[in-house]
Amino acid sequence: MKIATRDAYGRALVELGKEYPNLVVLDADLAKSTKTADFARVFPDRFFDMGIAEQNMMGTAAGLALAGKIPCASTFAVFATGRAFDQIRNTIAYPGLNVKIIATHAGITVGEDGASHQSIEDIALMRALPNMTVIVPADAVETGKAVAAAVAHEGPVYIRLGRPAVPVLFDENYRFRLGRAEILRRGPDAAIFATGIMVSEALKAAETLSGRGLDVTVVNVHTIKPLDVETVSGLAEKTGAVVTAEEHSIIGGLGSAVAEVLAERCPVPLVRVGIRDRFGESGKPGELLEAFGLTASHIVEAVDRVRQRRVCGKK
Amino acid sequence: MSSSQEELLQELGKKARVIRSDIIRMVAEAGSGHPGGSLSAVEIVTTLYFHVMRIRPEEPDWPDRDRFVLSKGHAAPLLYAVLAERGYFPAEELLTLRKLGSRLQGHPAFGKLPGVEASTGSLGQGLSISLGIALAGKIDRRDYRVYALLGDGENEEGQVWEAAMAAAHYGVDNLTAVLDYNGLQIDGPVADVLSPLPLPEKWRSFGWEVREVDGHSFEELLAAFEWAKEVHGRPSMIIAKTVKGKGVSFMENAVDWHGKAPDREQAAKALAELEAVTS
Repeated sequence: MKIATRDAYGRALVELGKEYPNLVVLDADLAKSTKTADFARVFPDRFFDMGIAEQNMMGTAAGLALAGKIPCASTFAVFATGRAFDQIRNTIAYPGLNVKIIATHAGITVGEDGASHQSIEDIALMRALPNMTVIVPADAVETGKAVAAAVAHEGPVYIRLGRPAVPVLFDENYRFRLGRAEILRRGPDAAIFATGIMVSEALKAAETLSGRGLDVTVVNVHTIKPLDVETVSGLAEKTGAVVTAEEHSIIGGLGSAVAEVLAERCPVPLVRVGIRDRFGESGKPGELLEAFGLTASHIVEAVDRVRQRRVCGKK
Repeated sequence: MSSSQEELLQELGKKARVIRSDIIRMVAEAGSGHPGGSLSAVEIVTTLYFHVMRIRPEEPDWPDRDRFVLSKGHAAPLLYAVLAERGYFPAEELLTLRKLGSRLQGHPAFGKLPGVEASTGSLGQGLSISLGIALAGKIDRRDYRVYALLGDGENEEGQVWEAAMAAAHYGVDNLTAVLDYNGLQIDGPVADVLSPLPLPEKWRSFGWEVREVDGHSFEELLAAFEWAKEVHGRPSMIIAKTVKGKGVSFMENAVDWHGKAPDREQAAKALAELEAVTS
């Protein structure tokens, strides 16, 4: 079964709207696409379409938070984090306000709209901000729980969601723990740290590798910041070979975050699967993932490469 | 003029003189800061905090308080001086401005100093913040008012007009902006650098009620704030014509004093001038 994470977001907002009377939602003329329109239908008095004016939307969200509201501000990831970066930095992150920036259409799977609409650097931008929590859910179930956790959390949060329907990996019993990397599969031969839609690709890669007699660990790093440093360094130590996988530039995202931990705490070979310092382009999401090297087979190749460079553990 | 009005004007005048001296002392002690745009808005902010706004300095988080957002955040010395004189924190602390560990950051920082309502300093953002606070007031049916102080050069920021459009669209009549129209920005006269003029026509066309006043006249400011309370269904803008560096002869209308601290001698001269007005 496949569900888009943005669809799960719309549904979560409606539920949370009932639970939190002080939850308000803002959008920038993309409510139908981001699915905040679901909330607007049920709670019209707590929904504000701010028009095509993302900077003002972030500032307004800050003001609402200052007056005790829990604002969720949504638009496409490229506009939320790029167009309104300074507003997020100075009026939300710096004062540590309780604003949830929940952006959809992240990464190249935006598809045909092309590079202008494909955010490949949003994790890097948000991760660099003090006070900011950064979450990238892997599927629809996790999205619902992550949004709930973000609303319950006091402080600024960035959640990165996608456009296309993606495989559902978790059932409703799944427990989302903010700041904890979840080990989905254990094996001594390598550790794959994946985030967002690359988690399902990592699981597929692990299956393929298992068929070849290699047992790898797969970790869902849904919280990029604060990163679960203990889990990352612990598994790096255990496996001696690390691969990261993300639908984001290899500069500044999960790959960078893991590289920083490895370099300081447990230097082991690392291969980053991600967008290799280039802009996206138009195409179908599946075609783009293939063209940009973001599939299970690319992760398998990465595991093979990193294992060749492994200095500790078994070859 | 009634005697009570007379007394009020005298009282505000006294406060303004103290605040001007505070600003000079603070900026001189810090060795940096923005005296010009602080001095130009002294009457505006003094009028708000010492008469217009419903506030409880002893309870700075009181949910029903009126809010003031200093969108032109570089006028932080003015805001701090007013807050201290109004009793939000001890006036001795004013001389810690811009020093390591101080609650008086170079630009206002939310959450450090009581009375500071928002983090500002990156221009063009305070009106959006004010709009959010005003919208929350409408949702919660609270009758507080929100006041935002903008610079004239700040009108060059696109976000100001995004906020202007949105505030009018949502009809937030609990929001009043004041524009400190001193006519100067860092690179020169606003009309020469990148003209945001004519301001009243622009704001009116964006759906705001606009009133123009002499920004150094307490009488006109008091009347304008009363007028703003009577505006219904749309936000109000008070364009206050001011003099940059007002009150210190060598700083008045001098663009160089936008963001420069007086040295010891200059500060003494400025304080002597301000003192002379007092006596």
